[in-house]
Amino acid sequence: MRAWLLDDSPASRGQAAAGRAYRIAGDLMRNPLAVVGSLIILALILTAIFASWIAPESPVGQDLSNRLMPPSAEHWMGTDELGRDIFSRVVYGARITLLIVGLVAVISAPLGLLIGAVSGYFGGWTDRVLMGLTDVFLSMPKLILALAFAAALGPGIENAIIAIAITTWPAYARIARAETLTIRNSEFVAATRLLGASHTRLITRHVLPLCTSSMIIRVTLDMAGIILTAAGLGFLGLGAQPPLPEWGAMISRGRSFILDQWWVATMPGFAIIVVSLGFCFLGDGLRDVLDPKSEGKS
Amino acid sequence: MIAQPKRQIALAGPVVALLRFVLVVALTFLGLLALTFFIGRVVPIDPVLAVVGDRATTEQYEAARVAMGLDRPLIAQFGSYVWDVLNFNLGMSVSTNRPVAEDLARVFPATLEMATLGIIIGVGLGIPAGVLAAAHQGRWIDQIIRVFALLGYSVPAFWLGLVGLAIFYAALGWVSGPGRVDIFYDGITPTVTGLLTVDSLLDGDWDVFQSALSHIILPATILGVFSLAYIARMTRSFMLDQLSQEYITTARVKGVPEWRVIWVHAFGAIRVPLITVIGLSYAGLLEGSVMIETVFSWPGIGNYLTTALFNADMNAVLGATLVIGSVFILINKVSDVLYRLLDPRSR
Repeated sequence: MRAWLLDDSPASRGQAAAGRAYRIAGDLMRNPLAVVGSLIILALILTAIFASWIAPESPVGQDLSNRLMPPSAEHWMGTDELGRDIFSRVVYGARITLLIVGLVAVISAPLGLLIGAVSGYFGGWTDRVLMGLTDVFLSMPKLILALAFAAALGPGIENAIIAIAITTWPAYARIARAETLTIRNSEFVAATRLLGASHTRLITRHVLPLCTSSMIIRVTLDMAGIILTAAGLGFLGLGAQPPLPEWGAMISRGRSFILDQWWVATMPGFAIIVVSLGFCFLGDGLRDVLDPKSEGKS
Repeated sequence: MIAQPKRQIALAGPVVALLRFVLVVALTFLGLLALTFFIGRVVPIDPVLAVVGDRATTEQYEAARVAMGLDRPLIAQFGSYVWDVLNFNLGMSVSTNRPVAEDLARVFPATLEMATLGIIIGVGLGIPAGVLAAAHQGRWIDQIIRVFALLGYSVPAFWLGLVGLAIFYAALGWVSGPGRVDIFYDGITPTVTGLLTVDSLLDGDWDVFQSALSHIILPATILGVFSLAYIARMTRSFMLDQLSQEYITTARVKGVPEWRVIWVHAFGAIRVPLITVIGLSYAGLLEGSVMIETVFSWPGIGNYLTTALFNADMNAVLGATLVIGSVFILINKVSDVLYRLLDPRSR
């Protein structure tokens, strides 16, 4: 199996892809930070899937006789002002975080990829107009823009996702354009064009796949920022609405108790930090493995 | 006669560069205006209905719509919007009943004060940390600084603010709580610069200065931690680039002391790219202050923005967005130009 994966002259595309994935995974596993990052993200995904088994109590069930209890053996992270078990709410919050992060990535990465590739591939006026637009978005403060969009669209988790996606695509467009510019004039693209391939086919089948590795690095590194922005919107009441156990919104609820019942606001914050750190670690590791030029730097 | 066109070209260089700079800034600013205009359009609240109320007859509604200029083509509405903004007319704030521009001018110095102190802390600690990490690449101090820098990307600012309040204000009592100055000192200092710490010193009022300082130090430090993370990371990466160059080896072979190699030879070479980094983080701090100000009830532009959000005061939200965006763009572009002016290679 290992010999088949590491074969220098793979017999099929499938074998080549599997071999590449195997090598990357092997390199990643040798990078301690990347291992920690992968484990954290794996834990996040498993928590989100099995939330109803892991959480000891319902995330919305109130128990007013047990309100604002400090952390104990029964309530690991204490209870909030409505007597809800904070640990259970943090566990269910993993679903919301994963949903936000996943949807933002699914919306903004392909959008940025497409705009960047089209811009770089055609060049000329197409390039100037699209990149002008990208630059305008890039030179705006992201958080403020997301705030303004979320405020205009109205509070809610869908609108928060849209608002964040609107502010994240330009960075991806820039990367995709830079990659496309180096690929555009290569011989294999010219050869495929001579074979009669259409622009659409060239972009989607030959240019875009080569941009994906740098895109994956960038998206992973951006995840921490996306989580923080989403939590910030939740904190300001523009993201997920109560009683949804969104981590930022939970911190916001605990704000009034910060001086006496510190655990209400503090505990969800640890969840945000751990998950964001996980994405940072994995992103750093992926960059070291997939982009050896920048190894050891920054 | 032959020398003349050459001199013209030499003169034209900076002029063309300046014109291009102005054009780029103007276009980006126009883009920002288009965005805020667009955001103002997609608001689900009907602006006409907000004025006439939902019991108005169709004729009254139409009259108000025409009076507000909403019947004109979109491009004409955008034109008058741009004209209004250029005349510092940002509309009235629903919640404060004052012109938004006036409100913003009043709250902006508070934000400027906090962000400036934040960047001083960030630069003062971040650059030495980055240089130290690069000089001891791979050792424990480098790892600590690396993890700390990554933490700066993963900790929510508003959370750190709350935890800071709980520890340093409630538990330890080292600093003062939310707000800008103790309540009994409020409003007794004549406004000169709008920066309370500076104004109280100018006034010679030592008590107010101490009170203001103990209020600003915690939010400014927390803000500074975030720029510290970024500045340290970039400094380390720039320094590593330089330390692997041959001129560094030459200096070491010649017997130049190590501190001189690092701080004079290598650090001297990275000062110019660092300007861009500092500019970017300064702009980022103005943005980051939104969350911090909300947590600390700091009467700056960020707090104004979030208060306006709660009151659905769209004029104020868009005005604040516009001001923060403009300052952000301006700092970005200016540090870009400074980089080009100071870097001899790009001349």
